[in-house]
Parts: sequence; C-alpha cells; structure tokens
Amino acid sequence: MSKAEELGGGLATFVDERTGSNAWMRKNLNKVFPDHWSFMLGEVALYSFIVVLITGVYLSLFFRPDMTEVIYQGPYVPLKGVQMSDAFNSALEISFEVRGGLLMRQIHHWSALLFIGAVVVHMFRVFFTGAFRKPREMNWTIGVTLALMTIFAGFSGYSLPDDLVSGTGLRIAEGIMLSIPVVGTWASFLLFGGEFPGTDFISRLYGIHILLLPGIILALVTVHLILVWHQKHTQFAGPGRTNKNVVGYPLMPVYMAKAGGFFFLIFGVIVLISALVQINPIWTFGPYVPDQVGAGTQPDWYAGWMDGALRLFPPTEFRLFGYTWVMNIFIPALIIPGLVSISAYIYPWLEAKVKKDDREHHILDRPRDAPTRTGLGVMAITFYVVLAIAAGNDLIAIGFDLSINELIWWLRIATIVLPPIAFLVTRRICLSLQRRDREKLTHGRETGRILRLPHGEFIEVHAPLNADERAKIEAKVDVEALPEPAENDESGVRNPDFKKERRWSKLSGWFWRNNIEKPTDHEIEHGDEHIAEQVELEKPLREIEDKVVIGHDGSTLHHPGQPETNKEQYEQWVKDHPHPKSDPS
Amino acid sequence: MSDDTTTRVPAKTDDSVVKNPYSWPANEHQPPPRTTDLSERAAKRAARQVATMFLLSGVFVALFFVAFTYMSPTDTVEIPYLGEIGGQHVALGLTFGMAVFLIGAGTVHWAKKLMSNVEVVQPRHDFKSTPEDTQGALEVFEEGVEASTWKKHPVIRRTLLFAMALVPLPFIISLRDLWLTPPGVPNPDAMLQYTIWTKGQRLVRDITGEPVRAEEIPVGGLVNCNPEDLEAVEETEGNLNARAKAAIIVIRMEPDEIQSLQIPDGAWNGIIAFSKICTHVGCPISLYQQRTHELLCPCHQSTFDLSDSANVVFGPAGRHMPQLPITVDDEGYLIAQSDFLEPVGPSFWTITGEVGP
Ligand code: HEM
Ligand code: FES
Repeated sequence: MSKAEELGGGLATFVDERTGSNAWMRKNLNKVFPDHWSFMLGEVALYSFIVVLITGVYLSLFFRPDMTEVIYQGPYVPLKGVQMSDAFNSALEISFEVRGGLLMRQIHHWSALLFIGAVVVHMFRVFFTGAFRKPREMNWTIGVTLALMTIFAGFSGYSLPDDLVSGTGLRIAEGIMLSIPVVGTWASFLLFGGEFPGTDFISRLYGIHILLLPGIILALVTVHLILVWHQKHTQFAGPGRTNKNVVGYPLMPVYMAKAGGFFFLIFGVIVLISALVQINPIWTFGPYVPDQVGAGTQPDWYAGWMDGALRLFPPTEFRLFGYTWVMNIFIPALIIPGLVSISAYIYPWLEAKVKKDDREHHILDRPRDAPTRTGLGVMAITFYVVLAIAAGNDLIAIGFDLSINELIWWLRIATIVLPPIAFLVTRRICLSLQRRDREKLTHGRETGRILRLPHGEFIEVHAPLNADERAKIEAKVDVEALPEPAENDESGVRNPDFKKERRWSKLSGWFWRNNIEKPTDHEIEHGDEHIAEQVELEKPLREIEDKVVIGHDGSTLHHPGQPETNKEQYEQWVKDHPHPKSDPS
Repeated sequence: MSDDTTTRVPAKTDDSVVKNPYSWPANEHQPPPRTTDLSERAAKRAARQVATMFLLSGVFVALFFVAFTYMSPTDTVEIPYLGEIGGQHVALGLTFGMAVFLIGAGTVHWAKKLMSNVEVVQPRHDFKSTPEDTQGALEVFEEGVEASTWKKHPVIRRTLLFAMALVPLPFIISLRDLWLTPPGVPNPDAMLQYTIWTKGQRLVRDITGEPVRAEEIPVGGLVNCNPEDLEAVEETEGNLNARAKAAIIVIRMEPDEIQSLQIPDGAWNGIIAFSKICTHVGCPISLYQQRTHELLCPCHQSTFDLSDSANVVFGPAGRHMPQLPITVDDEGYLIAQSDFLEPVGPSFWTITGEVGP
C-alpha cells in the first residue's frame, strides 16, 4: 500500500468509526447515473452557481455598498471629478485599479447569466420530458422556487454598482411597487428607507444579494440534489432500460470524472469568455443620477419579458371609490409574472389530476408523446419571446424604420394570438410524429429501395427497426383519460360531485384527446412478419449486389488493399465509423 | 445483442457481483469497443494526451503569475472585432481560463478514452413504504399524541396555537422602522405630494446650474432644468431625493401652437415647463420632437403631446405630465409661480389629479 492510500484509509477509518460512513460509501460510490446530453443542463446550472459563489466572495472583499456621494479621483479619465456614490466608485476601482478585478467582475456577471439561462433551459427539459411526474413533483416545486430566486439574485446583483442603467432599472422597480393597491407607497418607502432613491437601498440590497438569496439558493439546491440522488435520475427508453432500473455509468469513477471534468470545462469557458467579451461596462454608463437616462439601454435577458409586458399594456389607470387603480403597471409587472409562477408551481398536480393512473414514472416521455403538454410548453416560450421582442421595440422600430405605434399594436396582437397558434401547431406536429412512429413500428423503416416482384408488382422494401429506435417508440405510455362520471350511482342516488367530476373529465378528455394509440402486440408481430417476408424477397438481389465490385464511394475502381466487394467495403466502413449506440447485430 | 457485446463485459464484474451485492450487472446492450480498448498503443497515447493537458494547466498558472506581476491594469490591447480592451485583463483571463479549462479537458478525455465504459444496470424500487411501516408509523405517532395529552387538554392546544400565531409579530412590527419617518409626516403619500419647487425660485440649467433667461430658449428648443435651491437641499439632505422629483423640462413654442394648458396662466410667452419624470414608472424623459410637440419616454415609449396639456397620446402611461407654473422675475429670469399642483412621477393608490389619457 502506498503512503497516500494508507493516509486515505486511515482517514476513512477515523470517520467511519465515528459515523458509520463506510456502509454509506459502499452503497453510494457505485450509484448509477444515466447518460444523456440534456441531463447536463442541471449540472451546468450547478457549476455556474459555484463559479458565481467563488467570484462573488472575491468581489465582496473589494466592493463598498455605500451610497454616500464622493468625487471620483481614480485613473479613468472621462469620469475624473464626477460626483458619484461610493458604491459606483468602488466598482470602478475594482475595474481599473485592482489587478484581475475586472476579470472577476466579468466572470461573475457571465456566470450569473449562464446560471439563470441554464436553470431556465433545465426547467424546460424537465417539463418537456415529463420528469416532473410522480415521484418528482416535490423537486419540481423546489425547482420553480429556485428559478424565481435566481432571477431575484440576478436583478439584485445587477443593481448594486449604482450605475445609470441599473439605477434606471431600480427606478422602474420602485414605480412598479407604487402601483400596488393600498400598500404600494408603504412597500416602496420601507424598502428604500423613504423616498427614491434615498441612501439606504444599495446596502440593503447588498445584504439580500450576498447573504439572503445565496443562502436560500444554496439550501434549496442541496435539498434538490439530495432528492435527485435519493429518487435516482430518470432515463430515456432504450434497450434494457425499464421503469424498474437505472442504466448508466457508476458514480465511481466514470460519472465522478465526467462531472468533475465538466465543472472545470464550464468554469474555463466562462473565464475565457470573460477575458474576451465585455459585459456591463458601467464606466461608459456613468453613475446613477435620477434626472438622467440612457436611451436604448436594455435589461439583462431574464427581466426583458416583464419590461416588454410593461411596454405593451394599454393605459388602464382609473379612479374608483376615490382611489387610483394603476392597472397599467400592476397587471403586467406583478399579476402576469405572478400567474406565470403559479401555473409553473401547480402544473404537475394539474396533469396528474387529469389522468387515471397513479404510477411512478422513471422513463422519460419523448415530447411528441405528450402533445398537449408539449404544446403548452411551446405556448409559454412563444409568450416569453414575443414579450422579450417587445422589450426591444424601440431598437426594432429604429433598425427597420417602422412606426413605433404601429409596431406596438402588432406586438399587442401577437401577444394574444401567437401563443395559442403555437400551441395548436405544436400539438399537430407531435401527433403526426406519433403517427409516423406507429407506422414504423408496424411496417418497419422505409429503405427507399424499390423491388419489382416476378409478377410485376413494385414494393418498397422495409427494414426492421434497430433496437434503440424500437425501444424508444415502444416506451410510449397510452394515458387513459378520466371516465365520464355517472350522474346517479347504481341505486339511483345522485352523485353530489357530479358536476365537478364532469368538468375534470372534460378537461382530461381535452388533454389526452387525439392520442395515437400504440399498436397492439399482435399488430407489431404481424408487421414483423411482413418485414421479414420483404427482406427474404430481397435477399437474392442483395447477394448479387454484395458481390459486385464497385467502389462504395461510387468509383468504379478500387485502390489496392481496399476490400473488393460492396459488402466487404461496407463492413469496413462500419468498422471505421463506429456509432456509439450502433447495434452490431 | 450478439455475443460479442456480452463478451466485452470484463470478467471482474461477474466476480464482484458475488462478492459485492452493490456492484451492478452490465447492461445487455453495450457501446462498441473504443480504439483504446483494442490497442495498448492507443491507450498509452491517450494517457500521454491527458498528462500533457494537466501539465500545460500548470504552465498557464505560471504565466498568470507573470501577467499579474509584470503587467499593469492600464495596459490596453487592440483585438479585431472586440475593440480595445485591457491588456492585463485579457492576459489574466486567458491564462487563468486555460489553466482551468485544461484540467476539465484532461479529465473528460481520460473518462472517455480510458475509464471503463461498461453501462451497468441498477434496480429501482417504488418509494412507497410497506403497509407494516405505514401502520407502524401511524401507531408511533398516535401513541405520541396520546402521551403528550394534546387531545386531552384542548385548552393547551388552543392557547399554544394562539401564542405561536402572535409570536412573529414583534419581528414584523420592528420592520416598521425601515423608514424612519421625518417628524410631521403622516404617511408616505404625503411626501409624494410635493417637490422642493417654491414660489419665486429660479429655474437653473441641470448641468451648469446657471439661471435661464426667457429669451435664451428658442422656439422649438428644450432645456433641462432644476430648482435653484437643489444643490443646497442635496447638501443638507445628503441624498438625491429632491432631484428625483423636481427635475423639469422647459420648452418654447409659438403661442398659437398651444392648444391647451393644464394651468392656463402658468406659461410665459409660449414657454412651458413640465415635470421630467414619466408618469408611467418614473424614467426621466427628454426626447422631444419639436415638429409634433411630442415628448417620448425612452423606457416604454409613452408619448405626451406637450401642446395639448401634455396628455398621453400613445403608450402605457396613464396620466399627463404635470405642468409647473412659471413666469419671469424683474431681471428676466424664469421663475416658478409655485410648486406643482399635483404629484409628479408614477401613479399610486391615493394620487389625486387628472387620470386617464
Ligand atoms: C439553482 C438551480 C438548479 C440547479 C443547480 C439544479 C440542479 C439539478 C441537477 C444537477 C439535476 C440532475 C441532472 C439533470 O437532470 O439535469 C437536477 C434534476 C432535476 N431538476 Fe433541477 N436544478 C435547478 C433548478 C431547477 C428548476 C428551476 C426545476 C423545475 C422547475 C428543476 C427540476 C428538476 C427535476 C424535476 C429534476 C429531476 C430530473 C430527473 O430525474 O429527470 N430544477 N437539477
Ligand atoms: S417610464 Fe416612461 S413609459 Fe414607462
């Protein structure tokens, strides 16, 4: 045993004698994780979060969250002698005087953007594959909270340097708070310590940004990962994969190495981007002054859609009972995001409620196999995209020389009309894909080869599906919609919940309607026989063709040393181009 | 599922299945062998590649040290497409980035080329507890409830709930002083009613602080102004609050171009002053189109017709921009007649004044 092994063993024994950790290690070191590129999205979120934490600690050593006004004396010439808050002053100091300070600022901002982006994309992957279904609804709920917290964390950090752009963002946030009925002015005054902008807000935000939100996120991420660990990761269907197993690589060593390596890759890429691509150059914006504004400045991407909603909502401020109802701000800025969040929270329960079974799901859906869900997801994305476009309506109007008024009208219409259209189109596409899958299962894969039979008939030869594809298509679950409830039970007693049950059953019917039912075993068997027949018919032809000496690449000559017949060339080619999942049979 | 896939499963796995109940069997379906599985030379080459990457990572750390020590934050470099950026910033970023990236690249290469790539199968079990466990848990719980006398003494239950409901209040009440209310101010809404404009106060330019004469503003022109007292107020208050409410724009049009005014005798010879703070959510506005007399907010494109009482003609804002009544003093400088007659800035619950576009 080497010295290092001895040391490690000694440590393991020490901990084990006090905690019983070896039993835990035995059980967990070879925990199996399935492999799929989309499962890395959650990892990207986790790793960029770690980068955010590391760089955030560094920045907190230099940044001063202080709104006291000072005169700039630093090396950045264009701002010399300008009055600014000490917060902005210290952000300039980090950018221009601290060696590597600008790099850390950029890494922090880029990793924060990647973090929020990865969280949202991860959320959609979980949504579209149905990974939120039983038993993972709790983790979905934790996830939605995480998504909201990361957005708040992003916004609070963006506002700290007290530059002109983020200050304008804060002014808008304050205006939004004022619009809340009854308590709006109180909410704003308590947060800002009085009137806007005051001198308290940056230091309050600082506590929220570096302590409260990261603490909540860290705690929730921990629970999130413990649940993923305990419940084991879902997997896509494939040969040998069932609802009762996990197929993949063991934690030690493959998954550990891949995940650990992936962390460094992500970290490295973020640093390289931060070295080369400038983000948030606060010195060109200047310090925040409440009577100045930079035209054409944009919020970070995750806040854009709310800004777009503010732009599109028509002026609907009115007075009633002696009070002012600022609905043109309250609805787009608070009610709509609130409704979006609530829909995200309750979706898994809604979907569970409109189907009959109560099973655990560990095999992921392909998006096409749940057309209504996929349609709803695409609808949400369309809604987001239209509003995000609306947040750039001034730039678009200038860029394409359009009238801004007309553009806003078009965008208002698009916000209402496009999402439902996206829903319908997506559902349609899903259903046709399902139909094609069914076709493949019963008739095999079209090869494009036409065969003329001795009696003159032409047929297209179908080939059997490979095991991978077959397993994927066969994994589809035909969900049963809720049955139509009976108004009276057998003894004629009226069902008191009849109306409610009928509503649910209708919704359920709408959700699962147009399901393309999976073929029965009998149909599949029948199809298999049919395919085998065709292959048999084609066989003599294939044999002749396999003997022909024509270069596989179409050339008529072959090079010395190259295999002679088509078949040999093909086999050589397959050997040279191994497909990771190819079925050698 | 031919034989050659199963023969690739290392013999070790089969042995350890017996020895270690937690090692899982290989999946019947395996990826094809890699070159590094088939040739020892390829495997050695891959190992060399991994080692090179780890070594290079160390080299980049050394280079980082050099850039940190011998370059200065004021160095700049010109990079095509990206423009001029700080030279030390780029050098530190590239060296640190490469040092980190190479560890990742080396590790992933190692995992992909050399580590076992046998997919294994671990069984899953439903999470639901057995009926015995559920029953047992219920019994333990019920015994506990019984032993606590929780059910026997409802008065304890009720008073405890009562106390628990109240006990967060001290903390919540304490939050009230997040805003240290100045003496004499009843509530936030009272503070939002006024600005520091007072009768007779001169309008001064926002950048230079110079007072403005009426004749200095040409027809079609726009000047950004603040109250003369602003600097002194900011000095004593130590914040920018006064500025966030008092900022105005002053424009001049031919008197016959004016269709209507909020305060008919608040303008002077076609010179009108309006709040600069958008009534939507508070952005400062100064995009003025003199031809149409329209003021456009850069934030959400609310548009106000300044020749017609600054009413909203387009966009999401719900109220007109309040007018500041002005006149000129003996020396010909523009002065305010009084404060605004209604609150400026974003609307709120108790705001008074004209509402609606
Ligand atoms: C701070 C943000 C988050 C981090 C760091 C994070 C991290 C992870 C990781 C590493 C995994 C396992 C790998 C994977 O499936 O991608 C995972 C799984 C999961 N995440 Fe997240 N996540 C975050 C936010 C979210 C959000 C916003 C949702 C949904 C609303 C969500 C729902 C889930 C679910 C249901 C699983 C289990 C997936 C399965 O087993 O297929 N997570 N998360
Ligand atoms: S702040 Fe002016 S339009 Fe929104």
